[in-house]
Amino acid sequence: MIEMKDQKIDELKEYIAATQSNDNPESYLIAVLHKVQGLFGYLPREVMDVVAKAMNIPTAHIWGVATFYHYFNLKPVGKHIVSVCMGTACYVRGAGKVLEALKKNIGVEIGETSEDKLFTLQEARCLGACGIAPVIMIDDKIYGELTGKTATELIKKYRKAAKG
Amino acid sequence: MPNTEYIITLCDGPSCIHKGSRTVKDALEEAIAKHNMQDKVKIHLSGCLGMCSKGPIVIVNPGYTIYGSVTEADAAEIIEQHLINGKYVTRLVVDEDHLYNRFFRIFGDNDFFGKQMRITLRNCGIIDPENIDDYLSLRGYEALAKVLTELTPKDVIDEVKTSGLRGRGGGGFPTGVKWDFTANAPGDERYVICNADEGDPGAFMDRSAIEGDPHTILEGMAIAGYAIGSTKGIVYIRAEYPLAIKRLEKAIEDASKNNLLGDNILGSEFSFDIEIRLGAGAFVCGEETALIHSIEGSRGMPRPRPPYPSVKGLFGKPTLINNVETWANIPVIILDGGKWFSSIGTETSKGTKVFAVAGMVKNTGLVEVPMGTTLRNIVYDIGGGIEGGGKFKAIQTGGPSGGCLPEEYLDTKVDYESLAAVGSIMGSGGMIVIDEHSCMVDVAKFFLEFTQDESCGKCTPCREGTKRMLEILTRITQGKGKPGDIEKLERLGTMAQRSSLCGLGQSAPNPVLSTIKNFRQEYEDHIFNKKCVAGVCGALLTYTIIEKCVGCGACKRVCPTNAISGTRKQLHTIDQDACIKCGQCYDTCKFEAITKA
Ligand SMILES: Cc1cc2nc3c(=O)[nH]c(=O)nc-3n(C[C@H](O)[C@H](O)[C@H](O)COP(=O)(O)O)c2cc1C
Ligand code: SF4
Ligand code: FES
Repeated sequence: MIEMKDQKIDELKEYIAATQSNDNPESYLIAVLHKVQGLFGYLPREVMDVVAKAMNIPTAHIWGVATFYHYFNLKPVGKHIVSVCMGTACYVRGAGKVLEALKKNIGVEIGETSEDKLFTLQEARCLGACGIAPVIMIDDKIYGELTGKTATELIKKYRKAAKG
Repeated sequence: MPNTEYIITLCDGPSCIHKGSRTVKDALEEAIAKHNMQDKVKIHLSGCLGMCSKGPIVIVNPGYTIYGSVTEADAAEIIEQHLINGKYVTRLVVDEDHLYNRFFRIFGDNDFFGKQMRITLRNCGIIDPENIDDYLSLRGYEALAKVLTELTPKDVIDEVKTSGLRGRGGGGFPTGVKWDFTANAPGDERYVICNADEGDPGAFMDRSAIEGDPHTILEGMAIAGYAIGSTKGIVYIRAEYPLAIKRLEKAIEDASKNNLLGDNILGSEFSFDIEIRLGAGAFVCGEETALIHSIEGSRGMPRPRPPYPSVKGLFGKPTLINNVETWANIPVIILDGGKWFSSIGTETSKGTKVFAVAGMVKNTGLVEVPMGTTLRNIVYDIGGGIEGGGKFKAIQTGGPSGGCLPEEYLDTKVDYESLAAVGSIMGSGGMIVIDEHSCMVDVAKFFLEFTQDESCGKCTPCREGTKRMLEILTRITQGKGKPGDIEKLERLGTMAQRSSLCGLGQSAPNPVLSTIKNFRQEYEDHIFNKKCVAGVCGALLTYTIIEKCVGCGACKRVCPTNAISGTRKQLHTIDQDACIKCGQCYDTCKFEAITKA
């Protein structure tokens, strides 16, 4: 486990080093944060210190940036990310009901992770599949034309697969 | 590919994938293999073709036959009937009306495409977006070659000015004039930026344009680089669009390999590189000054303008920012001439506009029409009318910055001025059809929740104004509205419009103000009569069990407060004092024996 983490940190350091030879190196901060999230699934506190040092940017500034953008997770996420589209087309076709049903079934509010660490519930804005609204995305798979009931069934399926 | 006789284009957009296009692809491949036709038939995957409700879409070329709702089982039939026996599989052909359109010859005669005019999306669905040769074969990079060999930078800017092209990102600023400003701003270095942040939460044309034809954007940017004297381009794109990002990366790599980007392009003196920068989920970063801060690695907060980015932009240097769709028009303008381009559209708005039509409409998807087409044309002729038998109530244009227009405005022409004149905006091109089942107060609340959440918090009118307005709207939808609330909303809205720093705050009140203007009765019903005619605002509804009840007891079991009573096989009743109006009984009843009003 520790070794894997070290490996990831090495990869991150290499990535940062490559950006530092460009003009305006500090402008790559957001790209670096994307890299961190890609490696760890969220932005761990201790890794931010590594970034601060390697990029020569104060940690406080990095947190300021990280908290500004919705895309970055500041807490560890569950095994599956469930994003409910709350874009306009989905809203008009009843995304609100889908969201309510999922909140109830998973037992969390938006942005939270279930106790069994299986699901993190998120809101998304237009997944570009308005034609089959309302839509949710589980990890990178899109499911459309849902109702509260069919959405709950999907979650049950994932839950079963994780257990079995 | 000398032996290829047929090209089959398969839509690989999210809606089609969901409806099973990937299994259709496997089945097509299997049938092709079975008949040993691998050398003769080539399968292309295209980006979203915009016919989402008829997916999965399969197009057979030559002949431009469009097949819709194709299943795995239909695949073999298409190969055997169409390719081998030369007969159409008539029952799958998408073809309703016969309207010829010379710009859209390539998709044949059919209603959905026949009434459109594709310039921006001209190659989407026709070329393989990951193959630069495909783009090259349809005059790709010819415009760039033309400017490098035949035109001076000033000629290029003049051509764009002649075209009358205006920014498609929402503002509608004349593109040629912006190029001119940036070219003439003092400075040794300049930047060209493509704004692909696409923040409107109901619009996806920029994404489809990039996924379907990435090279067009790169070519447009390189042409601008030559015109304004820049060597560096940046595409700022949402991280939520992984496929678009991947295709852009591939396109940049291929273009560089072919000397269409990089040093001394096509042997000329002109060098130009393009880099991709990712956004990170903040709507306000679509605003140009916020976008610049974000690329610089900071919080994406807007700053006052002037100075405009054309004078003082990225890293303090003159910077030209245009929207994806704006860029996609540039190569066409150079090749076919600004004069030709300006012959399309209305007096003040030239060319075409792509709209993402969605909501309660039959044909949801992307639609590209000449400026000046009426809303009615888009909703009824191309969109096919209202889905599900409901009644049209409103059309929302321009996303969270736009307005809601009722039926009497359906004959409004889409151009910047006409839409503004009736209290909405063109915006980036989101177009949502709303039917009688939506409550307009709730719609206004929905948009305000979005803008309030996305306000960067820098200035008070936007941060506090939207919060107060949201509180009032929430109160109204909960049945706690008070006399004077409408006037208060109007006051707060006008204040935020006038005194916010950036376009987000200035336009955030639009959905509220336009629904008050056009649907005031609904607000008054909520406040004074405690009624929501659309049956959306839970707290204002009364659930009643009517004669149709068979006494099955299903509602009784789901009611969380045990408000329902009745013996088996007898009419049940709801205790209105105990009812919390959650609506579960209504959703559960199989006999339509529960009404809400
Ligand atoms: C809150 C806000 C969000 C915006 N979002 C976008 C966007 O997502 N895409 C875009 O191209 N322009 C957006 N704009 C407009 C840009 O500020 C800018 O005007 C545009 O990118 C200029 O390109 P154009 O002249 O080609 O339209 C937004 C503006 C505001 C105020
Ligand atoms: S208007 Fe709103 S989003 Fe724009 S700068 Fe002010 S607070 Fe930020
Ligand atoms: S609004 Fe949900 S996919 Fe577009």
